[in-house]
Amino acid sequence: MRVRVESLSKVYSAPSGRRLVALEDVSLDVADGEFVTILGPSGCGKSTLLQVVAGLEAPTRGRVVFESPPPDAPLTAVVFQEHALFPWRTVRENVTFGLEVRGVTAAERLAASRRLLALVGLEAFADRYPHHLSGGMRQRVAIARALAVEPALLLMDEPFSALDAQSRALLQLELLSLWERTRRSILYVTHQIQEAVLLGDRVVVMTRRPGRILAVRPVPLPRPRDERTMLDPAFVALVDECWQLIKQDAREAMADAP
Amino acid sequence: MPREGGAPVVYESIPPRREAPAWLLGGAAIGLLILVWEAVARLGWVPALFLPAPTAVLAEASRMARSGELWRHVGASLGRVAAGFGLGAVAGTALGILLGSSRALWAVGNPLIAATYPIPKIALLPLIILWLGIGETPKVVMIALGVFFPVVINAHAGVRGTDPLMVKAAKSLGAGSRQVILKVVLPSALPTILAGYRLGAGIALLLVVSAEMINATTGIGFLILNSGDLMLTGKLMVGLATLSLLGLASTWGLRALEAWLAPWKEEGRG
Repeated sequence: MRVRVESLSKVYSAPSGRRLVALEDVSLDVADGEFVTILGPSGCGKSTLLQVVAGLEAPTRGRVVFESPPPDAPLTAVVFQEHALFPWRTVRENVTFGLEVRGVTAAERLAASRRLLALVGLEAFADRYPHHLSGGMRQRVAIARALAVEPALLLMDEPFSALDAQSRALLQLELLSLWERTRRSILYVTHQIQEAVLLGDRVVVMTRRPGRILAVRPVPLPRPRDERTMLDPAFVALVDECWQLIKQDAREAMADAP
Repeated sequence: MPREGGAPVVYESIPPRREAPAWLLGGAAIGLLILVWEAVARLGWVPALFLPAPTAVLAEASRMARSGELWRHVGASLGRVAAGFGLGAVAGTALGILLGSSRALWAVGNPLIAATYPIPKIALLPLIILWLGIGETPKVVMIALGVFFPVVINAHAGVRGTDPLMVKAAKSLGAGSRQVILKVVLPSALPTILAGYRLGAGIALLLVVSAEMINATTGIGFLILNSGDLMLTGKLMVGLATLSLLGLASTWGLRALEAWLAPWKEEGRG
């Protein structure tokens, strides 16, 4: 399934009459099985873009088209920046939430939870509550929960940015190997340049205020990738190029921060 | 403190200090209080008419239990509390969830609640008796009103306090609005609703005793007031001890209910 984002704009109007242009004329495609990363400084509207694609917010102008969607799978599922797990549900009950609301039988849900928890290495924690888990484990549960509904497009909104550097590095590698096994389309938002280049087939660089696409760069790195990929001169060159593109915006973002 | 020149400074392990557990300290304090009380009464420092010894109170309680007098009063009070609490909690929970899910309803309901909440419910008893006559109904209705307010306010707060991120996550996984309410809003509000029940239970106990002191021939409130009038201090003390036990039992019972219904909240439960 191909997803086309066509001339999307999103304008927020504050009661004071101030208008904030979060997205301006953003167009991009995600091909079937493609891993697209969206890179931008904070406040560039990249999370807004994801929410619109997820159907959680309506655009002010433009549209999102899902070409030939699968008949019985949801179009998207979101992994949020904070884990957003349901604290009153065990790990297993969290993972099967999407199946439960679709009326999948308990036996099938149990089988699915086993398969998914094995995929993210958390079989032993199936009956724990989220507050028993570390940040990295929670985010793995959130990924399993999103994968459980087998969405045509997986949306990830800075899923690892709240983690410590080591957990983040490990989960990036896990996500790489998971994606290389499943080849599910992913739209992945991040402000971390290395992450965008390491994970993506293409990096979409956005500017802030208004949120616009500045550049799209294909990532010329072979797969499978791992931590050694980051030593590749092509990796280093692309990271540097992206940094030059967003440096000015990042400076402004820092000066703006409340 | 001045340091002697050249002497090495050493930090080393300190053997852990042994402290008695909290339950032991608390139990010891209560035990000591009862012992002192017993001594004061036995030594005749205070006449038994004003302060009967704990053993005398216990003997009185056992006499009242065997004659059935104690159970008659406890049963009457508990019956009123159960009916009033049940009514107030059901109505408060239902209305609180409704008010929490609609801004328009809250705009209508909030001023009404804010205006009636501060009235001490015992002050309503004469009016309720005027409307509903004497007997059990006005007491039950007054207790229901007393329970209703903390429950409705907490239920509303619980629903409003649902993390919007949880709602988004549920929607992104395909949940419809009915499923969002049943599977996200209600479980997320449940601990706050149960905290409202705990407040309500305390108020119910307060109101039942007050009502029984004003207008009743049974119940713990009646027992206490009547024993005081007749200077039966032992019976009066039995009534007070029963209230203390009932209060403790309701707190423990509701805690157990919370542990059962909301097992994910296990930390921070005192």
